[in-house]
Amino acid sequence: MQAGSAKQSTLLHKTIPIVVTRSVKGKFRNFKTAVMVLAYSIYFSLPWLPWARFSGDNQAVMFDLATRRFFIFDLIVYPQDIFWLAMLLFIAAALLFFTTGLIGRAWCGFFCFQTLWTDLFILIEQTIQGERNARLRLKKQPWNLEKIIKVGGSHFLMIAISFWTAVTFAAYFTHAPQFVRDLFTGHAADAGYITVLALTITTYAAAGLLREHICTLACPYARFQGVMYESDTLAVSYDTRRGEGEKGRTIPIVGLRTHEERQAQGHGDCIDCGFCVQVCPTGIDIRDGLQYQCISCGLCIDACNNIMDSVGYPRGLIRYDSESNLNNPIPKKPKLEWMRLKVLGYAAALLLMSGLLFYNIGTRAQTEITVQQVRQPLYTVLSDGNIRNRYQIHIVNKTEHAETYTLSAEGIPDSAIDLGNLPAIKVRAAKDLTLNLKINLSPEAARKTQEFDLIITPATQGAEPIKIETNFSSPK
Amino acid sequence: MSDKKKFTPTTTGHTWDGDLQELNNPLPTWWIWGFYITFAFTIIYWMLYPAWPIGKHFTTGIPGLNTITYTAKTVDGKEVEKTTHWNMRSKLMHEMNEQEAFQKQYFDKVASTSYADVSKDAELMQFVNSAGKTLFSDNCAACHQSGGGGKIGFAPNLTDDYWQYGGKYEQINTTITGGRRGYMPPFKEVLNDEQITQLANYVLLMSGEPHDEAAAKAGDVLFHSETAACYYCHGAEGKGKELMGSANLTDKIWLWVNVPGETEATAKLNDVKGVIYGGLAKGVMPNWNQRLSPEQIKLLTVYVHDGLGGGN
Repeated sequence: MQAGSAKQSTLLHKTIPIVVTRSVKGKFRNFKTAVMVLAYSIYFSLPWLPWARFSGDNQAVMFDLATRRFFIFDLIVYPQDIFWLAMLLFIAAALLFFTTGLIGRAWCGFFCFQTLWTDLFILIEQTIQGERNARLRLKKQPWNLEKIIKVGGSHFLMIAISFWTAVTFAAYFTHAPQFVRDLFTGHAADAGYITVLALTITTYAAAGLLREHICTLACPYARFQGVMYESDTLAVSYDTRRGEGEKGRTIPIVGLRTHEERQAQGHGDCIDCGFCVQVCPTGIDIRDGLQYQCISCGLCIDACNNIMDSVGYPRGLIRYDSESNLNNPIPKKPKLEWMRLKVLGYAAALLLMSGLLFYNIGTRAQTEITVQQVRQPLYTVLSDGNIRNRYQIHIVNKTEHAETYTLSAEGIPDSAIDLGNLPAIKVRAAKDLTLNLKINLSPEAARKTQEFDLIITPATQGAEPIKIETNFSSPK
Repeated sequence: MSDKKKFTPTTTGHTWDGDLQELNNPLPTWWIWGFYITFAFTIIYWMLYPAWPIGKHFTTGIPGLNTITYTAKTVDGKEVEKTTHWNMRSKLMHEMNEQEAFQKQYFDKVASTSYADVSKDAELMQFVNSAGKTLFSDNCAACHQSGGGGKIGFAPNLTDDYWQYGGKYEQINTTITGGRRGYMPPFKEVLNDEQITQLANYVLLMSGEPHDEAAAKAGDVLFHSETAACYYCHGAEGKGKELMGSANLTDKIWLWVNVPGETEATAKLNDVKGVIYGGLAKGVMPNWNQRLSPEQIKLLTVYVHDGLGGGN
């Protein structure tokens, strides 16, 4: 932000006005709107989507913290699968680096929540208060009924949307219809009210009041994006040579209207209309070159193209282009440069990681078992001289029905298995169970056995038996 | 770039070395306000939670709004209810009360269920195993070792299948509740060295350890004679008596001397002879009914029987 734009400035702080943007039509605007419609329809409707499930938890997506299970359509994620989350975060990070290296801050401009909600709130302002000029006029105007209704109305709407955003978020973590009912009747959990209150305030403050300040002053990603750009990265760029010419840009006065006239007199194609600055949601001038505030949303491209069309110059004075291409004596048509170490490296990491994650999810066993040998004491000599080892078995039943398991062994006789008085190993749906197991071997068998396999077979037809190798200790 | 306004930064007004200036880059006003709000939050926090020491006392928060009530046991066993200002200790006590109440339902369930039914219920056994482990660690592990493996010459192994006083649920319960006092008289005054050697060889024979045939034969006679009268406590077959807690001399389990652990035959013999010579007066287990509640003892019984797995 430039010091000149500050209304009042002290040594400690200064008031930086929130930019008031002009609306624009074009393909980037359309893309942004499409992403917005898609994202909002998914976000706001997903908790309400019912899903038939055996256990009766019939919400398509529910992050059930109370029973520690995440329901995502037909996938149920258990605490034991927590490393999926780590993988997902890794994939998200690699995807971010990959796209940024390739086409700049595509995330910021089109998909970031801050961008989406800010965009929606600007749309509200524009609908109620009017286009940029009307809004600027309204800002200067003293408080009267018109201003109260228009400004108050748009902020009321923003708060209402923030509230519903918060309610929707909380609904992902609990049964949505029940939660909304509880919320309004005062029966919801404290955590629910805290979540709703905190998210309402933060959504309204971030997207309704602070807007681009979040991107330029608070967002850490804005500060480290620079390292991901290369000279081949496609970024929203202003073609300085074409725009400025030899004598710089100038408004199209008489004698400087056509492309040819301007060329002849050494002026560039930029007619200095300021449209690109007015539509920019972070309030920057793209003609100053690549800067950290730029969120790559492409609205300035739309604005400039519209102007170029209207004055009859070729499009693309502001375009997605790479630094190296812009520096070419004769710039080529901008295209994605795939064959770069960074891009390929991130793509490989991305493919590997996604492949691993999907493979892991696809082959996830319905039963998870760990067997731990009891080490205190390592073994016990029984009265008849037999050797006993003890084990703790932890069985996680990840199915939606109660499961019964049978135990057998490989390498030692099945008769050596002693489960005490337990009649059967039955684990309830989505629960886990720890049980004790004893293995008694004759001294001769014990001497020969150092390892054996426990085989745990779920009773459900077609379920794969699980084989677990474990140790047997005996006196030397 | 012809008509672009030149950006001139403001400075703080300091100048060093003639031309070195400090640029001023003020924060946005809202940011500063955010900072002030955190100050306000601190004051609220300070009001709600005791914080500042003042002389010999300290601020205790707002009375009634953030007090904590808990029940504690005094040294002489009386239960007192205390209400105090918020602090970490009282919060811990309060949470321990809650946890105790939560655990009580499981203890009650174990107490009201028969031994056989508890051991058949896998989910209840899960609780027995975890609560039992804690109780065992706090009370029993000092002698019987943390895993119940015991120590030869000191405390019996609870994971094997031989129990001097019986390994049934009820017997284990009696042992924990009332304690045990094992005793074997010294025979050094009654028998001579040869007789003791003969007896020791017979004991080694009974448990299948290396021994001298002839001496063992003489020991057999001596064992069942009125002179030594070993059979009186250990039984005619040497299998011990649960009522007296006398040891079974025919199995592979040794409590007081580690005979299987010795490699030399003479060492094995000397170990056994030592016991017959000096007798034993260290088989003492204190009673636990003063320290543990009947519910705890019952749970511990099941833990020892099934959790450690040595019961029969």
